[in-house]
Amino acid sequence: MSFLEISGLHKHYGPVAALAGVDLSVISGSRTAIVGPSGCGKTTLLRLIAGFEAPDQGRITLDGEVLAKDGSAVPAHRRGIGVVAQDGALFPHLTIGDNIGFGMGRGEDKRAERIVELAYIVGLDKAILKRRPHELSGGQQQRVALARAMAMKPRLMLLDEPFSALDTGLRASMRKAVAELLEAAGITTILVTHDQAEALSFASQVAVMRDGKFSQVGTPRELYLKPKDRMIAEFLGDAIILPAKISGGFANSPLGRIAVDTSDSRDVARIMLRPEQIALKRTSREGMSGTPDMLFGEVTESEFAGSMCTVAVRLLNSADPPDAAAIGNTPLILRKPGMDAPAVGEIVRLTVSGKAHVFA
Amino acid sequence: MFPTAIAVLQLLPLDGTGTASDLMQSAVDLARSGLPVGTGRRARRRAAPWLVIAAIFVSLLALLPLAFIIWVAVQTGWETVSALVFRPRVGELLVNTVLLVLLTVPIAIVLSVALAWLSERSDLPGARLWAWLCVAPLAIPAFVHSYAWITMVPRLHGLWAGVLVSVIAYFPFLYLPVSAALRRLDPALEDAAAALGLGPWRVFWRVVLPQLRLAICGGSLLVGLHLLAEYGLYVFIRFDTFTTAIVDQFQSTFNGPAANMLAGVLVSCCFVLLGLEVLVRGEERYARVGSGAARYQQRTRLGRATIPSLALFVVTTLLALGVPFVTIGGWLAAGGAAVWRFDEIGLALGQTLFLAIAGALLATVAAMPMAWISIRAPGPLQRLLEGCNYIVGSLPGVVIALALVTITVRIALPLYQTLFTILVAYALMFLPRALVSLRASIAQAPVELERAASSLGRPPLQALWSTTIRLSAPGAAAGMALVALGIMNELTATQMLAPNGTRTLAMAFWSYSGEIDYASAAPYAFIMVAMSLPLTWLLYVQSKRMAGR
Repeated sequence: MSFLEISGLHKHYGPVAALAGVDLSVISGSRTAIVGPSGCGKTTLLRLIAGFEAPDQGRITLDGEVLAKDGSAVPAHRRGIGVVAQDGALFPHLTIGDNIGFGMGRGEDKRAERIVELAYIVGLDKAILKRRPHELSGGQQQRVALARAMAMKPRLMLLDEPFSALDTGLRASMRKAVAELLEAAGITTILVTHDQAEALSFASQVAVMRDGKFSQVGTPRELYLKPKDRMIAEFLGDAIILPAKISGGFANSPLGRIAVDTSDSRDVARIMLRPEQIALKRTSREGMSGTPDMLFGEVTESEFAGSMCTVAVRLLNSADPPDAAAIGNTPLILRKPGMDAPAVGEIVRLTVSGKAHVFA
Repeated sequence: MFPTAIAVLQLLPLDGTGTASDLMQSAVDLARSGLPVGTGRRARRRAAPWLVIAAIFVSLLALLPLAFIIWVAVQTGWETVSALVFRPRVGELLVNTVLLVLLTVPIAIVLSVALAWLSERSDLPGARLWAWLCVAPLAIPAFVHSYAWITMVPRLHGLWAGVLVSVIAYFPFLYLPVSAALRRLDPALEDAAAALGLGPWRVFWRVVLPQLRLAICGGSLLVGLHLLAEYGLYVFIRFDTFTTAIVDQFQSTFNGPAANMLAGVLVSCCFVLLGLEVLVRGEERYARVGSGAARYQQRTRLGRATIPSLALFVVTTLLALGVPFVTIGGWLAAGGAAVWRFDEIGLALGQTLFLAIAGALLATVAAMPMAWISIRAPGPLQRLLEGCNYIVGSLPGVVIALALVTITVRIALPLYQTLFTILVAYALMFLPRALVSLRASIAQAPVELERAASSLGRPPLQALWSTTIRLSAPGAAAGMALVALGIMNELTATQMLAPNGTRTLAMAFWSYSGEIDYASAAPYAFIMVAMSLPLTWLLYVQSKRMAGR
């Protein structure tokens, strides 16, 4: 059942089109991530959903109620949509307790208890309630902002890059905590981010945005393994893209015969592999002889970076692909665990697991 | 608490136009108070002893007027003091002064907040022009405002007349910091409040207004201190305040204990205002929490409210600028060529410029050691010394003048009514202006440059000269311009202290209008306004730049 329904949304700032026809439907209780490079219009979309601005064209409905339609819009304060901004946007003139209770009526029943309870839910100590926003760390500020937004029991929660100001370690744990919290409260959530890993791990539905439009919407797995085009593929992670000739569920490529996710036949096609699909096994030049159907390469670069190591592998016996000349002999860039990464000059055997994705 | 208190004291209570620039400076400082200023760059190190000695000397000199009031009080003896202080006349003056402050400040606050919000946050047509027109009244000395009004409405006098002219003359002191604060407000906070279910009016009351508190407090303090210090404005409309009474007393009995004791009460009033402001302001920090740049603010659509809003600006501009310009123009037209006595005007202009430039130089040189120490070697001693300077800067000119008269007459008679004494008075009154500008510009000259110069073989003083002083020259020049403008429009202290035969523009204006020869006074008013007007444009541009636009 679709809870939030957006169709044909347009928004212009002067001559610049921030949104050029956005459609999205969000299922009740689910988590959706909107991901895209900065300036792609994702924050604008969020502001339109929140009601801070009105769309030029298009419709937004929430739970059957029309929030915005062709220029007219319900103002933000009548929408009951929670927003957590990038830096929390806490009121600097109020204590943490008053910040959390801001959306409640002043004389509301059990206001104080509710504030303590909300603070507890987001993992804040009671002692913090008397402090001021500037005395808190970035992570704590985000928690307060979340508690403040939850206090009004929103129908929909919008998160605008709420984790981007936090340092790496904190970011992952905050993300997990927030996801679990909103799940438990059953609040439908939309997260806007430019961090693909965050989007993929947070949401059950991911929308990739570019130039004011969604270029692809789907589950994280779908998007990662079957991106529509090269740009999406590379935006969501490292990708190895190869020319290939496809027939009968297999591709003939520089990496040999690889299973693909389509049964079409095409003479000229591009396939995509994720680097983690390629395994390296140490061997030697002697080991290469007499095994014509195996694939070997030489390590040309090896860059150690702690847990991971970036390895460049030049193919030694590439199977003849349809347009091998076009790619020449560009080394494959792979990320491998740093512990046992091959060194420069070593000979490795390459094996491909899983299916390759064929671009349309 | 102390650093923030100093930030507010930077809202200087000085006569004339220049103050508003300090105000801009402090509006920014205020927004940042809470934070240690320039933590990264402010290498803590020990200042050269001669600098410290110079700074202490200047601060002690600054405390001299205060010390003398106390000394005179002690010498006079408690019985005489109480007889002089606790009498009906003082009560009358106190009631007048308190009522004036209590009525003027709230009206000015409401007016300024409304004007600032409309010009900064609504789609008012011509908002930029109106914003500048709200700053422009600063170019007109308060006593010229009063002169204009008394010409228009000859029967104008008493408390309500005082309130009217005071609001018109001083509201820009509130408008400037409030509009700067509005520009700096993070719109994300208003969005957050709206998302939490608050309508536009409640957002204004619960989120916007509380964040303007610092600006309103600072601006109100400034207006209040001006109300206490102003002389000419209230003489025109025959409204007695402490300052007018002190001058009257001084003119009739010279520097008798009566004048000194009135000055004591006036100083207490100033301290009450300073204290009140600290209390109301509290310990809050109103700066933006979090990181990243704030979004652009959206302007609210006025719709049907556009016409009444425009009317508010038109009426304000007519009262604050129209009345003075029409009056001065009218008198100039009526007087014709006869009022332009060029020999006399030329002499006054020359004397005024000489005093202004000499005073500005002295104030800047005196402020130099303190400014350097406060940026390069901050510490408790420096904060204390700086605090002294700001407190003295907040005293009315009449108090400082009276103290200097007393000191010179009793101790160093040859110095009485000399160029030296009047320049010292100017330096004391306007030191904070020079200090604030210098401090800001020295803060922009990184200490690393000075060190680099040292490491390239320059001895310390030369290193200082070739880096920090060179780089802070523009700031020093700006500060000097502000001091010079303050001196140009100064009346009370100049009258009491200047050598015989001195006749500045303000004095000439005052003596002609005292003889009810308003036509002959008009050219002087015109020159003072014309020379101050460019500065208000500068202030306006500066305030925009500080808000990052």
